[in-house]
Amino acid sequence: MSTADLTARVRGSLVLARKWHPAEFVVWVMAAAAFVLFPRQLLLLNEIAILALFALSLDLIVGYAGIVSLGHAAFLGMGAYTAGLIALHVTADPLVGLVIGMAASGLLGLVTSPLVLKGNDLTRLMVTLGIGLLMLELANSLGWLTGGADGLQGIAMGKILGIFEFDLFGKTAYAYSLTVLFLLFVLARRIVHSPFGLSLRAVRDNPLRAASSGVPIPWRLAAVYTLSAAYAGAAGALLAQTTQFVSLDVLDFHRSADVMLVLIIGGAGWLYGGIVGAAVFKLLQDWIAWFTPQYWQFWIGLFLVAFVLGGREILHGGIRALVARVSGRRGGGS
Amino acid sequence: MTLLTILIDGIAYGMVLFVLASGLSVTLGLMNFVNLAHGAFAMVGGYVTVLLMQRLGVPFLATLPAAFLVAALAGLVLERTLYRPMYAKSHLDQVMFSIGLVFMAVAAMKYAVGSQQQIISLPSFLLGRFDVFGVSVGRYRLFVIVLCGLLALALFWGFVRTRFGSRLRAAVDDARVARGLGIPVTALFAVTFAVGSGLAGLGGALGVELLGLDPTFPLKFMIYFLIVVTVGGTTTITGPFFAAMLLGVADVGGKYFIPQAGAFIIYGVMVALLILRPEGLFARSRS
Amino acid sequence: MTAALETIGLIMRFGGITATDDVSFTLERGARHALIGPNGAGKTTFVNLLTGVLTPSAGKVLLGGEDITALNREARVKRGIARTFQINQLFGAMTPLEMIALVVSERLGEGGRPLARLDASPRLVEETADILARFRLDDIMDERISTLPYGKQRQIEIAAAFAAKPSVLLLDEPAAGVPEAERRELLDLVGSLPEDVSVLLIEHDMDLVFRFATRITVLVNGRVLAEGDPSEVARDPAVKAAYLGEGAHG
Repeated sequence: MSTADLTARVRGSLVLARKWHPAEFVVWVMAAAAFVLFPRQLLLLNEIAILALFALSLDLIVGYAGIVSLGHAAFLGMGAYTAGLIALHVTADPLVGLVIGMAASGLLGLVTSPLVLKGNDLTRLMVTLGIGLLMLELANSLGWLTGGADGLQGIAMGKILGIFEFDLFGKTAYAYSLTVLFLLFVLARRIVHSPFGLSLRAVRDNPLRAASSGVPIPWRLAAVYTLSAAYAGAAGALLAQTTQFVSLDVLDFHRSADVMLVLIIGGAGWLYGGIVGAAVFKLLQDWIAWFTPQYWQFWIGLFLVAFVLGGREILHGGIRALVARVSGRRGGGS
Repeated sequence: MTLLTILIDGIAYGMVLFVLASGLSVTLGLMNFVNLAHGAFAMVGGYVTVLLMQRLGVPFLATLPAAFLVAALAGLVLERTLYRPMYAKSHLDQVMFSIGLVFMAVAAMKYAVGSQQQIISLPSFLLGRFDVFGVSVGRYRLFVIVLCGLLALALFWGFVRTRFGSRLRAAVDDARVARGLGIPVTALFAVTFAVGSGLAGLGGALGVELLGLDPTFPLKFMIYFLIVVTVGGTTTITGPFFAAMLLGVADVGGKYFIPQAGAFIIYGVMVALLILRPEGLFARSRS
Repeated sequence: MTAALETIGLIMRFGGITATDDVSFTLERGARHALIGPNGAGKTTFVNLLTGVLTPSAGKVLLGGEDITALNREARVKRGIARTFQINQLFGAMTPLEMIALVVSERLGEGGRPLARLDASPRLVEETADILARFRLDDIMDERISTLPYGKQRQIEIAAAFAAKPSVLLLDEPAAGVPEAERRELLDLVGSLPEDVSVLLIEHDMDLVFRFATRITVLVNGRVLAEGDPSEVARDPAVKAAYLGEGAHG
């Protein structure tokens, strides 16, 4: 085979890996169609979109860079409180709050990134858990700013772009959250398929070889941790703005654990894992809450245990088989 | 309240934490398994004491062995059935699995006994305070210090002097080599897990008065156990012991002198220590 | 002309053990140099000192005359030292194409660009294709690495090191564990590395050493016991005694 041929094949292969698969369009069309199909479920759909964004953020570090975290709620909370405070004290414009919320969380991610660069999985889990609890404690003790246990009340959001007003049924909320999710998803998709994204996968797969190939590991990890924090901040800001309320619950440990479960359900390391997981998780939660609202936590726990003990292989095997049947070729999401 | 009183309260608190967490440190060191559900066994022990006292009128002291036994039995059964397949999995899987167990335990306990704080009435000889050289000491705290101190000594002795202990240390040091030497690591672990869970149960029972008890106990104190283990390291028993003392005194002192900071100081110290000494404060370096 | 790689009085101590004991070593430009020695002779420590995994207790490492003793691993890779590992260190979840593209992209300084596209850089695509062709990986370039046979994985290991365009290439037992059937192709590849790359081969397999190397250094107990061309080293009585063991007496 000639060199030119091979060069063309290499390029073709690289293009194919990043191209949009038809099934991906279906996902987004369905998400948009839900707006019309389930007009009574828009509040739930809004929650799904926000959780999906939060899980996408976690996937960026867990699935693509191999950094495990048990304290991701710290960034969700940072974004939520920042957006809430901006709305209360500065401006009611949602987009301004969203951007500043992302920036604040990103900054927190950048500042704390040196702490997760060192050590193994175990120390990372402990350190992130510690940081998460630290943020909760901080929000609790800064009652003059955060409202303490009462939370931030009386948030009134302005119109998005001066046009779309938030309503009681979640119409604007879902459209807003879905749009933000989509835009950030497209950005994340671009990033994971870039040379930078490839180097993250290298670090996740084999740090020794990555370092021996010239990848400056600490810088790359710090960068993706910051990015992930900013994404979580966006999810927090959306949460604060669409519910017009922020409480200590956004920083609670169960948030970090839930989003981990979402990612485990959907599968880490492909960008749709967070979306699939969030939909399954929220629908399950909704369904279980319908007949046993108080003991939802028990079922979450049971799912976690069952998943890790073997249910995951069964579920993901099923999903893979389904995807293989539908598409007939390797998905472009990984 | 004098400084010395705070110190003694802190030591009593630290002693209970040590008994609660000692089992976790050995299981973490031995199987490299992150069991965040350790606190659930402590909660079981706590509720055994509470229910035996409230419903059956069993005297406090008599409930303590029961708390140990029930928690140990629960540990033994769960280790045999659910935990064992987890050893080969990643830390993340282990963490998610044990968080799942915690969630289940919390919700199940809420369902079974309700979510209110449990109060027990201690026997009269453990109530009140008395003066030792002008320092006011709570009777119950002194009782806890003596009992847990004896337990700690027994654990040191068992770990350092007995055949079981030397095998255990060898296995913690390098499980593969230990297996090669013919040490039954799996059986060793099952026993250690059960004893560790039992100790957690006993700690939970002793802690009802000092730490409080409600169904969220495993979540609330998870971080404390982890601090003891991560700061103390997993290769010795002395490490977690001193870490628990430090934590107990710092927490009691911190809450007394700077109440508005809450648990902030403790978490901050833990994160700082983990960064400075990821192998644990008292760990010997491994090369 | 300065040597490709040089060490001066290199010493590495671990506690009371001296793993590398005053090693002064020269790798000439374009050399095919083998480093041999019995197990525990300190070969791995020496390689780790060259690549920056370890920092020496004393002594210097010079690359093309430049002192690189204080540089870390990535900086040394950027300056032109690449290595393979005794045990494969691959990105198992990637394809050979992706793995080679990664190394090339890092060398071209693309790795820090989150919005760039891999296929948009003609140099990256061409050089990746070149390396895939040179190491005969083109027909399996889209398979998952972890599913490939061991011999192929070994080829990828060398290709990935080579993709960093090193002036000095360290091959740590490249043929170790490769089944006989796949061995020939691998040895051919090692033999056909371009002349301008200086190669240091760390090896147990005497067959491979004498076939490949034009110069041999013998390391025993962390010290250089002998150095010379293959026939000199083969005749050296000290080498026979220390390295070939009882065989020399019998």
